[in-house]
Amino acid sequence: MSTARVRARRRLQAFRIAVFAVLGLFFLIPLGSMAAYSVRVPGGGRTLEFWKQLGQDPDLRSAIVTSLELAFLTVVLMLVLLVPTMIWVRLRVPQMSRIVEFLCLLPLTIPAIVLVVGLKGVYAWVTYFFGDTSLTLTFAYVVLVLPYAYRAIDAGLASIDVVTLSEAARSLGASWFTVITRVIVPNIGAALLSAAFVSVALVLGEFTLASLLNYTNLQVVINLLGKSDSQTSVAASLASLVFAFLLLIALSFVGRRRGARRASRDLVPAPQPSMTQPSKKRG
Amino acid sequence: MSRRVRRLAPALGLVPFFGYLTIFLLIPTGAVVVGAFVEQDRASLSNIRALGDEVVLRTLWHSVVLSAESAVVGAVLGGLLAYAVVTGRPDGLLRRSVTSACGVLAQFGGVTLAFAFIATLGFSGVVTEAGRDLLGIDLFGSGWLFGLKGLTLVYTYFQIPLMVIVFLPSLDGMRVQWREAAESLGASTWQFWRYIAGPLLLPAFLGSTLLLFANAFAAYATAAALVSQGSPILPLLIRNALTSEIVLGQSHLAFALALDMIVVVVIVMTLYALLLRRTSRWLR
Repeated sequence: MSTARVRARRRLQAFRIAVFAVLGLFFLIPLGSMAAYSVRVPGGGRTLEFWKQLGQDPDLRSAIVTSLELAFLTVVLMLVLLVPTMIWVRLRVPQMSRIVEFLCLLPLTIPAIVLVVGLKGVYAWVTYFFGDTSLTLTFAYVVLVLPYAYRAIDAGLASIDVVTLSEAARSLGASWFTVITRVIVPNIGAALLSAAFVSVALVLGEFTLASLLNYTNLQVVINLLGKSDSQTSVAASLASLVFAFLLLIALSFVGRRRGARRASRDLVPAPQPSMTQPSKKRG
Repeated sequence: MSRRVRRLAPALGLVPFFGYLTIFLLIPTGAVVVGAFVEQDRASLSNIRALGDEVVLRTLWHSVVLSAESAVVGAVLGGLLAYAVVTGRPDGLLRRSVTSACGVLAQFGGVTLAFAFIATLGFSGVVTEAGRDLLGIDLFGSGWLFGLKGLTLVYTYFQIPLMVIVFLPSLDGMRVQWREAAESLGASTWQFWRYIAGPLLLPAFLGSTLLLFANAFAAYATAAALVSQGSPILPLLIRNALTSEIVLGQSHLAFALALDMIVVVVIVMTLYALLLRRTSRWLR
């Protein structure tokens, strides 16, 4: 290797270390501050009092339960709505695939704050039919998670031969229902799991729709708490962040079975998947 | 006739999906567009005219400046980080941990992020107090964290990771052979970046910046949790119009403001799609 090459290599290393150090500090300082802030006693010293508060505060507890219920309901409704539709499009009405894709990715270009303005009228009817409970937020959340879930499931379906599988099953006398539930769904388990994980992470962090439609979920309560008891609210924020982090780490392990870089890409809010998934186009 | 029925029958399987999206996506979006042209149950342009009000225009300008600043800063720093990642080993631990951390942090908006910065740089934040005790400087100032400057800083926190995620695939598309070919023809590092890598990456870089712009422009939760006084940016003005019913004497102002946002986002996303078409020609 020539000396110029060595010098260039050394310069590159210095550049990389500098970038990682500076940006690493920028990202770690707020996280570290949250941890320090949540255990601080005003006079001096440390306490876990505010972390214990997380399990005891009745509002916070019921909000955590509500958010978990919302996450569960959203995942179920999303899967019931999206999975049969996407399989059906591939099998029987492929000419509709562009329209379905467009509709699924549309929520990325409509900000939640805009959606909430239009949803006010719809929710007057939702309350009329389902009662005035925070769980009705599920309906709007399904729309919010749609683009991410769509990409995860689409990747799963692309990795198996849906048409051949279903033709084989049909020729052996399976009904369409059996084809979907017992042949195709078991083959895209990892994709469904990653769609579910992304949805859970998004629902647990959702604030805009809940607060402006006057419902209560975890983030709304954390925000309210911030006004009266900032240290508990910071502890709750950090806890929910760590939970989301663990969830997405789990997601990256699920994703690695099919294409190692899928997991992080599924989180990209891009309306056209072609730029973020160039390798898929090639393959 | 029966053949036609048979041909249309499979499409019936899509009815639940289209029905659901009509109710919860298309009707709300349509309601925003129509609602912007209604006042007191009548067709009216008064809400659209209210968009020309000085307060609304100033707020829109603040939103655009905030989104542009955080997008440019995020794009530059995120681009550097992506380059630092891509020059490492492709399957190394460093790369894997940076990309998963970015996946989480790009989504790390909302209330949590606002509180992270309140705990850091708020009046009794950890860094503020450290600055006061150790260095004797007042980082809190007059509460800049809760204004536009603070929002720019806080938004950067999710813009940089997002840039890494969207820009990394383009950097991955660069071939080592291009560098080698340029070097064998005697090109310097500067020439390589100026004449080969730069022009190739520019559309992807600009496209990613536009995406970051739209991302910041649409963000609401972080600003809502951070700013409780006044409405310096458009999403907060919409909150104001929704919760206090009548602003500027217009009951449907929220619809007009939301339409304003749609217009800006659609323009940005159209530009993004155009740039994308250029990008995909080379980097695949």
